Amino acid sequence: MLEYARWKYILIAVVLAVAILFALPNVFGNAPALQLAHADHSPVTAAQADSVVAYLRSQKIPYRGFYVQNGRLLVRFSDVKDQLRAHDAIDAKYQGAYISALALMPLTPAWLRDLGLKPMPLGLDLQGGLDLLYQVDVKSAVSELLQTYSQDAGRALAEAGIPTGGISVVTTGGSSVPNTVRIVLAPKADVTVAQKALTRPLQGLTITALSSPSGTVLEAVMPQAQLRLRENYAIEQSITTLRNRVNQLGVSEPIVQRQGNDRIDVQLPGIQNPAEAANLLGQVATLQFRLNDMENNPLEAEQTGNVPLGDQLFTDTSSGFPVLLKREVIATGDQLTDATVGESTQGPAVNITLDSRAGENMLRTTKANVGKQMGVVLITKHSVTSVVNGKKVIRYVTKEKVINDATIQGVFSDRFQITGLTLGEAQDLAILLRSGSLPAPIAQVGEQIIGPSLGRQNIKWGITALVIGMVGVLAFMAIYYKVFGLVADLVLIANVVLLAALLSMMHASLSLPGIAGIILTVGIAVDANVLIYERVREELRKGVSPQAAIRAGFEKAFSAILDSNITTGIAGLVLWIFGTGAIRGFAVVLVLGIATSMFTSLMGSRALVTLMYGGRKKLARLHI
Amino acid sequence: MATRKLWYGLSIVLMIASLTLLFTRGLNFAIDFTGGVSAQASFPVAADLSAVRARLAAAGFHDAVVEYVGSSRQIAVRLPPEPGLKVDQLRARVDAALKAANPGVSGLSLSVVGPQVGSQLETSAMWALAGTLALIFMYIAWRFHTWRLSLGAILAVMHDPILVLGFFAATQMSFNLNVVAAVLAVIGYSLNDTVVVFDRIRERFEGNRRLAPEVVLDQAINQTLSRTIMTKVVTSIVVVALLVLGGPVLRGFSAALLIGILAGTYSSIYISSSIALQCGLTAEHIFPTVRKTAADHLP
Repeated sequence: MLEYARWKYILIAVVLAVAILFALPNVFGNAPALQLAHADHSPVTAAQADSVVAYLRSQKIPYRGFYVQNGRLLVRFSDVKDQLRAHDAIDAKYQGAYISALALMPLTPAWLRDLGLKPMPLGLDLQGGLDLLYQVDVKSAVSELLQTYSQDAGRALAEAGIPTGGISVVTTGGSSVPNTVRIVLAPKADVTVAQKALTRPLQGLTITALSSPSGTVLEAVMPQAQLRLRENYAIEQSITTLRNRVNQLGVSEPIVQRQGNDRIDVQLPGIQNPAEAANLLGQVATLQFRLNDMENNPLEAEQTGNVPLGDQLFTDTSSGFPVLLKREVIATGDQLTDATVGESTQGPAVNITLDSRAGENMLRTTKANVGKQMGVVLITKHSVTSVVNGKKVIRYVTKEKVINDATIQGVFSDRFQITGLTLGEAQDLAILLRSGSLPAPIAQVGEQIIGPSLGRQNIKWGITALVIGMVGVLAFMAIYYKVFGLVADLVLIANVVLLAALLSMMHASLSLPGIAGIILTVGIAVDANVLIYERVREELRKGVSPQAAIRAGFEKAFSAILDSNITTGIAGLVLWIFGTGAIRGFAVVLVLGIATSMFTSLMGSRALVTLMYGGRKKLARLHI
Repeated sequence: MATRKLWYGLSIVLMIASLTLLFTRGLNFAIDFTGGVSAQASFPVAADLSAVRARLAAAGFHDAVVEYVGSSRQIAVRLPPEPGLKVDQLRARVDAALKAANPGVSGLSLSVVGPQVGSQLETSAMWALAGTLALIFMYIAWRFHTWRLSLGAILAVMHDPILVLGFFAATQMSFNLNVVAAVLAVIGYSLNDTVVVFDRIRERFEGNRRLAPEVVLDQAINQTLSRTIMTKVVTSIVVVALLVLGGPVLRGFSAALLIGILAGTYSSIYISSSIALQCGLTAEHIFPTVRKTAADHLP
């Protein structure tokens, strides 16, 4: 008698049922589609969806279906030609009210969609699109921060009346980036007084005095940890900015991610015009801090349309009220060195740091205007595609809006807080402030355009290799191990289902190397079964009874399967961590495949074999 | 033992050949590493390769490699890196040159890699390799209680990637990032086999600690041989399917895997355990009896 605990059967059944459910959406495939979103990010209503679709009907552009998901309208077409016609027609008709993006729409039935189940998204190599690689100039981000420090130091020394022979930002101690503010003191300067004057402006830097023939030199070195922090800030910040800009492109499922040390990878599925995309991503958006005009009534200005001279009328996007701002700019976004969420006595706040020049300006302004209001204006540029005389024209439209309007509570310069916000508002404002401009120059260092036809060809190749490889293995196993081979075949199929389910759950995008990973997983899963069956055969040769041979086969093969899979898994994990792009896609599948193959071959295979042979009292021979 | 010497000899010859090729011919690095441009495009009619070459040369690309892929309407273009140029400038010039050859060019797919990307990739690939080997060394040392087996596994595993690299140097197939992934996967597979043999060594020693280590090793290898061959046959079926049907993108990847898996078969069988033996592996190392008896005497 062979026995296998009932809870294990139940576990296997439940896992398989869940896996089949999650893997199911992948079976239905994709169709070319258009994804429409409002340019102002407001959700598309059902009535608006109907009107768009009615327009397509009136233009005799056939479509196969449509639905609204996450506030975006998806319209499906039977071929790419109709998709492109609809794209141009909608751009021409709605003139920038909708951002339309070419997309692949999964043909998942509605009941599965309602359960929130989605197929694996396809990687760029499989659906076509644009991949841009940017490099962030972290050196200049750090150098800019040190410049601020050196300006502060110069001002402090001037105020203390200490003559200097020059202040510069240099690289010392083998650092890869500038890390030192070097101050050459005039020969007659008092070193101790100078050091005392510098403690405040150069807070956090280690100051050492060196003597040189021309007098004393003070070197203020920024600690490594702080340099790394600044570099990380520059990169994370660039990612936030790029992500905001990518969202304006209206691409379905874009990916913006850090790659390696100082690179940012931007993946835009469906985009085929690199010039347009690269242009928008490289665009400069900026911020302005401006005083409110307290003498005139903004409500009146809005109603009459008479804006006082030297003023500009805005609507505060957070409160919805009109505001009048003076045209003079106190500080701009590129002078903003940091904006973070913090705490104040009045609750959550946004901590803002400006560079020294903007700080001086702010100091002068706030001294004269305590109690008055100051607004923050965000200026962005959008691309608008329209059709003029049958030709596509792209123009850039500048948009200005007030994202915050607050009372000046006291005199401040380069460091201040915006208070009176909820935590959510503070977080949004900090992001908006930071996303206004790029903290460091970025350079495009790589680009890949994959045409949509090549993508379809790649899918065909990958799927053919998967099916043929799989059929070959299934046939081979059935012929060689007979009944046990069929058990292995079932287990192998279960393994592919489980792997597809896991990848769908993680929403990991499937690329060609990923398909290769799935095919290789079939090989790994087979290995575990082979180890077990060879062991059973070995035991049978020793003359052990069939049922004892099965038990021994599973038990003795366990340690070999465990140790060999873990070592392969280690290689996979390292690839996952170090790898980027295609390598990472392969590694994810490899690691998950090892996990699923251990589950299916150790538990699934044993459950099946026990079901088949366990109940029989006497078993003459095994078909293996 | 005789067969072992034969395999050793073959292995040494192949290793020397691979290393010589690597140092004399070197690898044909793809643009992932060198930077440069690679493009594919469809022409409405059969493309005239010399015309395309002439247009590219007129645009300033003198060392362009232009060839057909699949049919005479599909072409692939490879250009060496241009250190002075920015990515978008490069793209615009290639696009214009192809359009000049035939305005109906469509389905352009293009990769441009700036020259600064490559060298960093090499370093990170080296780190990935070193990290993998170190972690595996530690894992085996922990599970089998001896560094001798770890050392055997690591040295045997170095053998396979060298042969794969040798193959790429000999054939001058394009060496890209996918191939790097395959080489690292080969390491994983090769270890898989090695560890299965080690597991059997552990089991044999457990059954009889007085057996001579050579005998145990031979037994372990013979008893796992049918499994090793079966697994190789099955894995080769899928890899060959990938190689033949997976399309040009995966060709280098699957070729590397196939060579690595074949090389890995005998390296894991013959080399890894022999090295452990050379290091003086005995049953005591895997099952330290001394400590056990000491524990038994405790009250």
